[in-house]
Amino acid sequence: MTEPILSRNFNVPNAWKLSVAGPRGAYETARKVLLAMKPEEIVQTVTASNLRGLGGAGFPTGKKWQFLPKDNPKPVYLVVNADEGEPGTFKDRYILERDPHQLIEGIVLSAFAIRSHKAYIYIRGEYVEPYQNLKAALDEAYAENFLGKNIFGSGWDLDLVVHRGAGAYICGEETALLNSLEGGKGFPRLKPPFPAIVGLFGCPTIINNVETLACVPHILKNGAEWFANLGSPGNGGTHLFSVSGHVKKPGVYELPMGTPLRQMIYTHAGGIRNDRALKAVIPGGISAKILTAGEIDVKMDYDGLKAAGTMLGSAGVMVMDETTCMVKMLLVAAKFFAHESCGQCSPCREGTGWAYKVVQRIYSGEGDLRDLDTLLKVARNMEGRTICVFADAAAWPIQSYITKFRKEFENYILNHKKAGAVHG
Amino acid sequence: MANITIDGKPYAVKDGITIIEAIDEAKIELPRYCYHPALSIAGNCRICQVEVEKMPRTVIACNTRVAEGMVIHTQSQKAKESQAVVLEFLLANHPLDCPVCDQSGECKLQDYYMQVGLYDPKFDDVKVKKTKKAFAIGPTIMLDQERCILCTRCVRFADEVTKTHDFGVFNRGDHSELDIYPGKTLDNKYSGNVADICPVGALTDRDFRFKMRVWYLGSQASVCPGCSRGCNISIEYEKSRPYHLKEERIMRLKPRENPEVNKWWICDEGRYGYKPVDFGRLKTLKTNLNGNTAPFDWKAALEEIAVILKSAHPHRWALAASPEYTNEELYLQKKIFLDELKWNHVGFKAPGQEGYEDSFLMKADKNPNSAGAAQILGLEAGREVLTPIVEKAKRGELEGLFIFAHDLAKIYGAETLALVRKNVKTIIFEGPNQNATSDAADIVLPSASYAEKDGTFTNFEGRVQRIRKAVEPLGGSRPAWEILLELAGVLGMDLSYARPEFIFSDLAKENEAFGGLTFKQIGPAGRVWNKK
Ligand SMILES: Cc1cc2nc3c(=O)[nH]c(=O)nc-3n(C[C@H](O)[C@H](O)[C@H](O)COP(=O)(O)O)c2cc1C
Ligand code: SF4
Ligand code: SF4
Ligand code: SF4
Ligand code: FES
Repeated sequence: MTEPILSRNFNVPNAWKLSVAGPRGAYETARKVLLAMKPEEIVQTVTASNLRGLGGAGFPTGKKWQFLPKDNPKPVYLVVNADEGEPGTFKDRYILERDPHQLIEGIVLSAFAIRSHKAYIYIRGEYVEPYQNLKAALDEAYAENFLGKNIFGSGWDLDLVVHRGAGAYICGEETALLNSLEGGKGFPRLKPPFPAIVGLFGCPTIINNVETLACVPHILKNGAEWFANLGSPGNGGTHLFSVSGHVKKPGVYELPMGTPLRQMIYTHAGGIRNDRALKAVIPGGISAKILTAGEIDVKMDYDGLKAAGTMLGSAGVMVMDETTCMVKMLLVAAKFFAHESCGQCSPCREGTGWAYKVVQRIYSGEGDLRDLDTLLKVARNMEGRTICVFADAAAWPIQSYITKFRKEFENYILNHKKAGAVHG
Repeated sequence: MANITIDGKPYAVKDGITIIEAIDEAKIELPRYCYHPALSIAGNCRICQVEVEKMPRTVIACNTRVAEGMVIHTQSQKAKESQAVVLEFLLANHPLDCPVCDQSGECKLQDYYMQVGLYDPKFDDVKVKKTKKAFAIGPTIMLDQERCILCTRCVRFADEVTKTHDFGVFNRGDHSELDIYPGKTLDNKYSGNVADICPVGALTDRDFRFKMRVWYLGSQASVCPGCSRGCNISIEYEKSRPYHLKEERIMRLKPRENPEVNKWWICDEGRYGYKPVDFGRLKTLKTNLNGNTAPFDWKAALEEIAVILKSAHPHRWALAASPEYTNEELYLQKKIFLDELKWNHVGFKAPGQEGYEDSFLMKADKNPNSAGAAQILGLEAGREVLTPIVEKAKRGELEGLFIFAHDLAKIYGAETLALVRKNVKTIIFEGPNQNATSDAADIVLPSASYAEKDGTFTNFEGRVQRIRKAVEPLGGSRPAWEILLELAGVLGMDLSYARPEFIFSDLAKENEAFGGLTFKQIGPAGRVWNKK
């Protein structure tokens, strides 16, 4: 395993305190860069590093920053997505809780790069300890003038505000997040316009994930080339993988982009609990299409998983052994999406609820074989017709579980059919 | 300009407009629920899917802008399928209570199902129950949350047009509910419009509730007589079963789009102000002259009036004309009373009757044709307000009064009317509705309401607009222009017109403000006159 970068302080006690993080190098890069580099140079370096957004979509970060309008008279905002709502994903919380100064340093550098004087962190409401440590770190950073006016004597100011979410998954979608931050209902916005042009309070805004911004100090410290070489082609750096489920050693693993999935499960996470057989893996949070045991020879990066018909998403790797019931898995996923749909778009609002009802019915023994086709139809019809990609994310589990485990679904329906079930 | 192709035909459209705007300009039908040209884009219903060549998926027409060379299909297999599947989602939890829904027959769920749906429904589960069904959210509107498709048109109307911020969508997912904010009632001056813009039967008009199936309605394009704005309306009346509901023929008024006058809206006062067309009407001729109360016909009545008027001294009679009458009728009054009979005590404006006004539609002058009346009758000083005439009448300086529609008791009080009655020998009243003045008059000529005749009104900015006959004059009433022409005839004047259209042409030739306009030239948006 390579030298840990993002996770280097995770197991250092009290690294969330400046007294511990400071001597371990926190803010050294920011101090140097702010006094020596121009914003454009930072943007260029980040672009060259092949850093891709680690919140799920994998959009090249430098390229996103370059979408900001030139000669813009309005304030520019940097918004940090710390909502981490994707089931199976718990990497950002490690940064927030165990090494918040790493994030704040990344924010200072990134805000400087995009010429923003005001940044917001939107943190998942349920993250109590991460919030407390982040808040403490923020106060320390202000006290040391790593935030506030004339940072490091560079003449440049930055205000950083932490805002706590109220528990809606959809508020992790960047434009719903903006509405929520503005005090409105967490409804994703129509695009275009994109936030880089019309974002928070109608001003140009860059939204990045916690981990994405935490990478920035390391890139600026060690160079774009170094970072790019850590990963696979076009997928720079390492990534924090949240590995959960039926493995012997679940946890957050920092591994280079492109690490083979098989190696991740069997070497890093210690293999399947009780040495049972692997049944399936969800490689990128609940929204990602499932992989069967036979499909795990894939590289864990954006391009590798795309080629395998699924996605890296939030890098939440959920491992299921042979005892897992796929009908129940789909029930859990369908319930989640029905519960979390914001309800704006007809296909998503009605489709997620519809799908959940059908799966519930199957699960309780009142299903019929033709329900499987109804589910596939509902999923197909939701896909690609909505304001945000939530509806697609809701469709993919349905499609992939049923197509890849169709026999199991059919047997379940036939074997569980309740005597006298009226349906079907 | 961008050159685009829609359904195989080329169009040159303005740069940067949305596909739906281009489609509407081209008069192509495309389903839409959330889109409304007056409101911001919500893009939430997702039904307006079109296929754009070179794009991987269908896109929504309401939030996609045209680009040079774009090739758009609204009817292709791909586009239609995309529209149909969205409709199926919208109907999945819909209660389908069409048999008891007032919207039935003008519902966009029904329309689009016939247009692009016609699928074999697959939804087989229990529908979501919502909290409010048949729930009055204010004096005018009934809410049914289960019928609501959450298009947020009403929300945006209240946020953007009336700025009363009445509505919100509560909860989320398929439990989302449209409601008004807690503790609020929907009670603003334009509330009725939400029933019009609601594409389904979720917001319905309490006034129209269960009155009639919409397919029994006839519709006539007219102008609201409620104030000097002159909002364009459709008069919707019972078409096939006259007198089915007691004497009520007018069932409702709906706004008619006119970008120059009222956009898509009308106020509640105007919307619900149609009752006097069917109620409180004068239906028979009446005379108390010389104790003769025997029924008498129009010819006899008008001849009797002619005799009186011919022998009347022009300074001892006065005309109370009315700004509720059409330009054509006011022109005939001018011809008869001013030009022929040479009266010079003339007024038309009731003082102190100004009402509510705002910066949106409603005007303080609650008459539809004050501008026309002033232009036709009242240019010289003293020929406007009724008060000098009434003062003279009170003092016994007048022998007779010819009053159109006004109620002196309402304007000046019952005592004034009593005094006038006592001191004026002959009062002739002509009007559509009964009031204390008609009760006190010696001769009453029942005339048609605005909904029963053709003609024009001139609104506050000098816009001449057409009203049209929706229903027959009630009982024995007749359009005032007809009555006036017949009166002119018995007075021996050479005035005859077959239709108001021809009266208007002469008026427009004679009165320079109307500048030679004809009915044809008025056009659907009305026409502002050339007053300097
Ligand atoms: C339904 C939905 C939920 C999302 N939740 C999160 C989240 O919790 N955290 C996050 O960083 N990104 C989330 N995203 C992705 C964000 O919209 C956005 O792409 C990301 O914050 C951009 O940052 P990045 O470029 O640094 O990855 C979500 C997207 C969708 C569609
Ligand atoms: S796709 Fe679903 S979650 Fe996204 S905006 Fe539409 S309804 Fe909301
Ligand atoms: S009540 Fe009508 S207008 Fe309002 S959101 Fe529902 S369907 Fe749309
Ligand atoms: S604003 Fe005036 S003209 Fe328009 S509907 Fe109301 S009363 Fe009628
Ligand atoms: S009309 Fe376009 S999405 Fe509703």
